[in-house]
Amino acid sequence: MREVAIIGVGETRFGEVWDKSFREIGIEAGLAAIENAGITGKEIDALYIGNMSAGKFIDQEHIAPLVADYVGLANANIPATRIEAADASGGLALSHAYMAVSSGVHDVVVVGGAEKMTDVGDVQAKEILAMSADQEWESVFGATFAGLHAMIARRHMHEYGTTREQLAMVAVKNHKHGALNPKAQFRREITLDMVLKAPMVASPLGIFDCAPLSDGSASLVLCPLKIAKKYSDNPIKIASCGQGGDYMALHDRRDICTMNATIIAARKALKYAKKAPKDIDVAEVHDSFTISEILAIEDLGFVKKGEGGKATEDGVTSLNSDISVNTSGGLKAHGQPVGAVGIAQAVEIVLQLRGEADKRQVKNAEVGLTHNVGGTGATAVVHIFEVV
Amino acid sequence: MAIPRFWRETPSRYNLIGTKCKNCDTIYFPPRLICPKCHRKSIGKLEPIKLKGEGEVITYTVIHDGPKQFEMQIPYIMAIIELDEGVRLTAQIVECESNEIKIGMRVKSTFRKLGEDGKAGVIHYGYKFIKA
Repeated sequence: MREVAIIGVGETRFGEVWDKSFREIGIEAGLAAIENAGITGKEIDALYIGNMSAGKFIDQEHIAPLVADYVGLANANIPATRIEAADASGGLALSHAYMAVSSGVHDVVVVGGAEKMTDVGDVQAKEILAMSADQEWESVFGATFAGLHAMIARRHMHEYGTTREQLAMVAVKNHKHGALNPKAQFRREITLDMVLKAPMVASPLGIFDCAPLSDGSASLVLCPLKIAKKYSDNPIKIASCGQGGDYMALHDRRDICTMNATIIAARKALKYAKKAPKDIDVAEVHDSFTISEILAIEDLGFVKKGEGGKATEDGVTSLNSDISVNTSGGLKAHGQPVGAVGIAQAVEIVLQLRGEADKRQVKNAEVGLTHNVGGTGATAVVHIFEVV
Repeated sequence: MAIPRFWRETPSRYNLIGTKCKNCDTIYFPPRLICPKCHRKSIGKLEPIKLKGEGEVITYTVIHDGPKQFEMQIPYIMAIIELDEGVRLTAQIVECESNEIKIGMRVKSTFRKLGEDGKAGVIHYGYKFIKA
């Protein structure tokens, strides 16, 4: 297995990008990453793209060759592959790109993630999001994606005494971070009171507990670490990847307050990278809902089970605290173009480890982690990154 | 949605038919073809079993922002329910006020309309739960 580095990153603005099409945002992020990597484009051996549901959102399947074509690579005839794992599509695309380079099959690989969610109305977009849950045994009875997470939140409050305010504090923190990120969908701080008084979506979760619907794309260029210095002055090593799975439906998991997929993915990634949770300086975790971040910091081993709410309240996960979590603003404030999320998380970690995160820079960041979840936890993907 | 998609789930959704692994006696709902505990040894050994439809609320939510199909029912209660046979499922709780629902509450299944395919389309039915 060869060591793998990220030599280029690119990202579009996240939000309601109505003036650009799916292929345009895919190209924008891809070209930015290629330019950032200092490659000409001729070196590219393969393209991977994470995307959850272009078929439903824009009536277009077969999107990997579409993006490859419009990025100018059609006559290079390179393999272009789409990876789907609901909202973990981007993270999983990165894993597959990493494995392709690590194994020696490909040398220079571009891996992107893209989603165009606002070409459909918001009711329809939420129905499409719910397709990452079990349609036959959850959604058909009226369970929404927010509703399923609300049931996790309710049980977490019941078992561990997590408070409504602690949930809200996740959103307040991530908006605070997002305000420092020029690419974020929401660049405004919010108050605890705003979160608590916001309209209900699925009790106990209100509108500010939910990540938004977004358009956006992010992209990375990978190559073997050995040749990375040829292209980049500051390559970032991908130390490991780990993926875990679980029952599809939330109700089939005996402990719905724990995502076993996350535990397994983290255990694999940490073991391979020879790291412990305390070694992580900065982490981008999957906060599709406020409760998701609380579960994530527990299941990744940053805090004890049941103490995620308290840790958030104590500021343990704020910028430049014990562990800086979601410095980009997370899905909540940075935005949630589902298939792009896993790649955007890696972009943020690369910026942090390069020392290019500007106002939201974590001091002395050397080891970073990304955590991307599909559905209510049937897939989880964790990557660990390191300065070289 | 095409009719067969609802038609083929009718036994489970109308009558709470699950499966029981004859190898380890674990009961599953919805029906499974392979027992996650016994794997290969369970092949061909999962038999239909009718569940009583009584159990308790493990967790719940009141949905205020729902899919189009359910917009007339908003706000409505969704819950994960553990049936007395040990299986869990996701269902609506009806004939219950939002402030009455509690974790641990006893509930029982009832046969209700789940939705319809437009004004002239097929109506599909299945289980919801009420207070026991």
